Amino acid sequence: MNVDAIKNGIVIDHIIAGKAMQIYEMLGLDKLDSSVAVIMNVPSEKMGKKDIIKIDKNIEIDLDVLGYISPNITVDIVEDGQVTKKKHIALPEELTDIIACKNPRCITSTEQGIHHIFRLTDREKGVYRCVYCDTAAK
Amino acid sequence: MKNLIDILDLSVNEIDELIDTANDIIANPEKYREKCRYKKLATLFFEPSTRTRLSFEAAMMELGGNVLGFSEAASSSAAKGESVADTITVVSGYADIIAMRHPKEGAPIVAASKSLVPVINAGDGGHHHPTQTLTDLLTISRTFGRLDNMTVGLCGDLKFGRTVHSLIAAMSRYTGIKFVLISPEELKVPRYVKETYIKAKAIPYEQTESLDEAIEKLDILYMTRVQRERFFNEEDYIRLKDSYILTPEKLKNAKKDLCILHPLPRVNEISTAVDEDSRAKYFEQARCGKYIRMALILKLLEVE
Repeated sequence: MNVDAIKNGIVIDHIIAGKAMQIYEMLGLDKLDSSVAVIMNVPSEKMGKKDIIKIDKNIEIDLDVLGYISPNITVDIVEDGQVTKKKHIALPEELTDIIACKNPRCITSTEQGIHHIFRLTDREKGVYRCVYCDTAAK
Repeated sequence: MKNLIDILDLSVNEIDELIDTANDIIANPEKYREKCRYKKLATLFFEPSTRTRLSFEAAMMELGGNVLGFSEAASSSAAKGESVADTITVVSGYADIIAMRHPKEGAPIVAASKSLVPVINAGDGGHHHPTQTLTDLLTISRTFGRLDNMTVGLCGDLKFGRTVHSLIAAMSRYTGIKFVLISPEELKVPRYVKETYIKAKAIPYEQTESLDEAIEKLDILYMTRVQRERFFNEEDYIRLKDSYILTPEKLKNAKKDLCILHPLPRVNEISTAVDEDSRAKYFEQARCGKYIRMALILKLLEVE
């Protein structure tokens, strides 16, 4: 499958196969006016299969979202057809307003105006817990 | 400024100091009668309580201070929909220290982030109850003269029982502790509590549904009530409420120096016939609550 190389933009690579659409939605890429290619199930030596997103514009990206949804992702910044920066994204220590606590007994279920904050409590298993009630993110 | 949200906000040394102060208050109450003169404690209880609220108020009064507050959400602005953040922002302008109970887990974290004065978590939903744990630790320390090297049995509602979670967290920091977790399948201790405080520290533990089998091993038996207010479903509550009832009969195989604790109130999980047994320490435990809260108020207000 051929997708045009981008001249100025971002390539999000090594996404766990099947997770690209979730990232597309959480980053709000549907609201961009530039072209975005979502390529799924690409054969990969390391991963077996992977997803890739190519964005034809240099935009600010919430790296925490990427790290949370698919750790070990890489983000390439492309300028004038060349990769000028490559970032490896690990699981972030803290997530703010990326996911909401599902515990109906948590203060975040009723209190207005507070941030939903989750902290990484087990890097090996990728477990995040709500800082208010300790409930694990699902 | 220091708050007390989770028992682990206090180091083992700080807990030792609080226990020492509480013991000194018990021995020399007159020394402390004026320590908090002109200071005000606000007790903000968005959920009903007898022991915790009254022991906080008695503690402040015995230190020569004053108290203000409310004992249920219905008599506060929360009934009009006011947020915790706004309530605390206002009240922290009226009082020198706040003790707050709230049905929502994590509410005291929101309170502490807005308060101008120290905040004490007096219970947040099924989450933490650090001053009950301080009370438990003072009682255990006064009974055994130590807090290490013992087998601690926790029985009843280990899922929603916030006093259980805080006590496990606190006891896991002492050496030679073993836990025996006694509960029906549906009320087992939450996974995060087990993983964080027991498994991660390689503390020996066993889980069982049988109080009869476990009782002979225990140095401490911490009984809890199955709490109606924690269930969304009345049917589940009714099915589980009588899971464990401690009677003199059940105590036959227990150690002679077993220490029976209960955060109270009890409904029927400890038969009143057990009250006469010298091993029943739960009313003494309730008395200890006032003294340890006095020690805590002094510490957080930095009164010498």
